[in-house]
Amino acid sequence: MNDFDAEDRLRFEQLVLPHVDAAFNLARWLLRRREDAEEVAQEALLRAFRFFRGFHGEDVRARLLQIVRNTCYSWLEKNRPRELMVEFDEELHLQSVTNPESIAITKNDRERLTRALEALPSRFREVVVLRELEGCTYREIATIMSIPIGTVMSSLSRARRQLHLTLADPTSKEAVREM
Amino acid sequence: MRCDFADSLLQGYFDCELSPASVDEFEHHLEDCAACARELVELDILSAELKVTPLYEVAPPSLKKRIRASIRPVTQTTAVPQQIHWHWLAVAAVLVVFITAGWGLRSAFHADDYRSELATEMVDAHVHSLQSAHLTDIKSNDGPTVSGWFKDKLRFAFPIPDFANDGFALQGGRVDIVDNRSVAVLVYTRRAHPINVFIWPSRERGTSPHTGSLQSYQWIDWRKGKLEFCAISEASAADLQQLQQLFIE
Repeated sequence: MNDFDAEDRLRFEQLVLPHVDAAFNLARWLLRRREDAEEVAQEALLRAFRFFRGFHGEDVRARLLQIVRNTCYSWLEKNRPRELMVEFDEELHLQSVTNPESIAITKNDRERLTRALEALPSRFREVVVLRELEGCTYREIATIMSIPIGTVMSSLSRARRQLHLTLADPTSKEAVREM
Repeated sequence: MRCDFADSLLQGYFDCELSPASVDEFEHHLEDCAACARELVELDILSAELKVTPLYEVAPPSLKKRIRASIRPVTQTTAVPQQIHWHWLAVAAVLVVFITAGWGLRSAFHADDYRSELATEMVDAHVHSLQSAHLTDIKSNDGPTVSGWFKDKLRFAFPIPDFANDGFALQGGRVDIVDNRSVAVLVYTRRAHPINVFIWPSRERGTSPHTGSLQSYQWIDWRKGKLEFCAISEASAADLQQLQQLFIE
């Protein structure tokens, strides 16, 4: 019963493999390092292979991203537990990355946005990545993050507000106070 | 000051996620709220900036290759390119060792050992569901609602009873992975202790229940019809036996 038959593999290749980019992108933004994202995305896809074997629902991308997300958090708990703890202290975290050197001097737009996005606490970062980069609906985000739709909206609101303030004036302490 | 709608309707309106009635409500509000109007513009600018900047990072081709390779059975290694041939040979060699060792063990293996192994895996899944606060994918105490949610997700059918009158209140269900298969999990509570009941198809014949404990968790495993059940909880062994009785009645 442990061997996967050809039908399982074909189904997985057709349904799930087209979403490997989405899986990698989410892992990359949650873990903030490409090398780690590769390792964790691969692990998540293998878990997904077992999961989708018996899964006949329609929301394949959301289910896959849910597995990726959970795998990322388990990995963070194991490998960078301090990072998750630091994120509870949003003020400290925001201050540490909004110093002028880390953002204001960076002229390149991509780097500036990347730093601003990476400065968000992980739960805010993932909601922005899922909505703005991945184009997920609220319902899909609710499934992926296992939170109610109302929480999707309020998280998006806070995440966008913080991003906006950081980008508008990264040296401003306003960003910290507003949150 | 931000408007009270900023955290809810404003976001939904911007993302085109509101019902027509809520759209009307918010547009009516927008006529008088300068703060929301300003924030809509800011959201627009932010969203445009995120969209024009190439932030999306696609997976390296090597990752897709590795994933494809890892879901292929070892017997197909002849089709694998030369550079990872050695890797597969190593995997095969390890497997041979495992299988050989496995045979020796198998002969001495009792069904109980197999059950304990499964129970260990399910206790892990149980603990994980508690730690990640992810007990249920469908949260409902209504059997038909939970059943409807499971319907298109699993290939087997199973009963979803609510034993609230007997002190086991149905909380909902989720799909989990045990022994490399998708299994159904029904979640009950007994005096505030969550109970996970794992259910999967079994070809073995029904036997009397097996019980055990791992860490601080109790488990009880039984078969009925073509299904195998395993309930896991911090609740007492007697509680789990009572639940098992209710299931088989």
